[in-house]
Amino acid sequence: MAFFGPESAIGSDILDIGSRKALTKRQRGIGVDLGVPGQFDVPNVPDPALYCRSNFASACGNADAGQEVKFAKGTTTLAFKFNGGIIVSVDSRSTMGYYIASGTVKKVIEINPFLLGTMAGGAADCSFWERNLGMECRLYELRNGRRITVAAASKLLANVMSAYRGYGLSMGTMITGWDETGPQLYYVDNDGTRLKGKYFSVGSGSMYAYGVLDNHWREDLSVEEAIDLGKRAIYHATHRDAASGGINNLYHVTADGWKYIHGIDVNDMHYEFAEEKKNAMSS
Amino acid sequence: MDTVFGVQYEGGVILAADQSNARSILLYQTNLDKVKELTSHSAMGVSGPNCDMVNFCEFVAKNIKLYELSNDIKLSTHAQANFARGELATALRKGPFQVNTLLGGFDNKVGASLYYLDYMAALQKVNYGSQGYASNFCLSIMDKEYRDDLNEADAVKIVEQCIHELHTRFLISQKNFIIKVVDKDGVRLYSQGADPADS
Repeated sequence: MAFFGPESAIGSDILDIGSRKALTKRQRGIGVDLGVPGQFDVPNVPDPALYCRSNFASACGNADAGQEVKFAKGTTTLAFKFNGGIIVSVDSRSTMGYYIASGTVKKVIEINPFLLGTMAGGAADCSFWERNLGMECRLYELRNGRRITVAAASKLLANVMSAYRGYGLSMGTMITGWDETGPQLYYVDNDGTRLKGKYFSVGSGSMYAYGVLDNHWREDLSVEEAIDLGKRAIYHATHRDAASGGINNLYHVTADGWKYIHGIDVNDMHYEFAEEKKNAMSS
Repeated sequence: MDTVFGVQYEGGVILAADQSNARSILLYQTNLDKVKELTSHSAMGVSGPNCDMVNFCEFVAKNIKLYELSNDIKLSTHAQANFARGELATALRKGPFQVNTLLGGFDNKVGASLYYLDYMAALQKVNYGSQGYASNFCLSIMDKEYRDDLNEADAVKIVEQCIHELHTRFLISQKNFIIKVVDKDGVRLYSQGADPADS
């Protein structure tokens, strides 16, 4: 993409990109270093970490059952690499306890035209830190005159997560995109874990999605087959996992960046697949 | 949950670790490399959370490299182990690195050496060792099989016997193991599970 080239980067006509060493955040002296503990506001109580742990218990499991503030959570998200690029497929339900807080959540966060992040765990933590990541990635572009790699972007997020480990953040995300090294897929979570892989699924319905993926994923899927697999894995997860449902949003990432493929109500899918099964049996 | 093995022999040391990463009831990956190379002639098998493993290994490896570059001398395995121990001890009272490691290396003067280092910063020079639940199964095998005159093939065989025991008696699935050799020629990959992660 010429758009991101060193000469033609946005603002290159007014900014002297590359001709001066980038200043560190401290030298610039503006803004806060959000990835550094202590730079970000924590509750004004004697032990902020303990306070967060007892009032914002991790969104995994039912640790928040007895607390006043319940997480918006319950998700199925998945992403996989194949020869035709990357498929990112998610559901859209957000639950707080037994209550469906929303059925139309956008769980794929478009960090920039070449980077996507998925959202599982605490909705606020995911959207805040991935937007923060988007800002860091844009700053990297402006400082260095080229796009950040997915490896580096995911590492920025993992560094934030490890810096705030034990402070009660809740986030399970997949960072995907296309950079000079090709299609890339990383898993990053609130423990600071960062894994590189061919396919991942995250959320309460992830085990159901893995069941479908593990049996049907191949490196040489065609684009149509891959889209269908992403769609079906999410459908089957939403069918069995009460905390997942709503709409299946699906993205396809290629060398030209990501493309939004569809948003289909999983209820419509249910009848479509049931019909398909019926026809297959009668023929 | 993780497993690390180390066996020293005449002229080298074998380091092995399982390749799994799991969270809750879900197995995320079976192709990780948990035997991290610190320098050209030393490596560290690490058990513990992925976050601490990556942060600690990168921190130690890069600081050893910095020392080599700024002082123009290489650190011996003994010195590397003591440096790592010092950093663990400092970190222990302010958010520890939860890592249990086996550090193996080769020096021209002293030959191969193996160090056991846990997250409490206890450092011990050993001839063979194991970290994690695996030690319950495998220390007896190592005690029985270890001799002072092992060669590389014998040492690898001990590690393979340990892996075999885990596959037969250990509840937790550890499908793949990565085995690395450190000897006079440096760190070398001996074997690993199929389809390694290229991270």
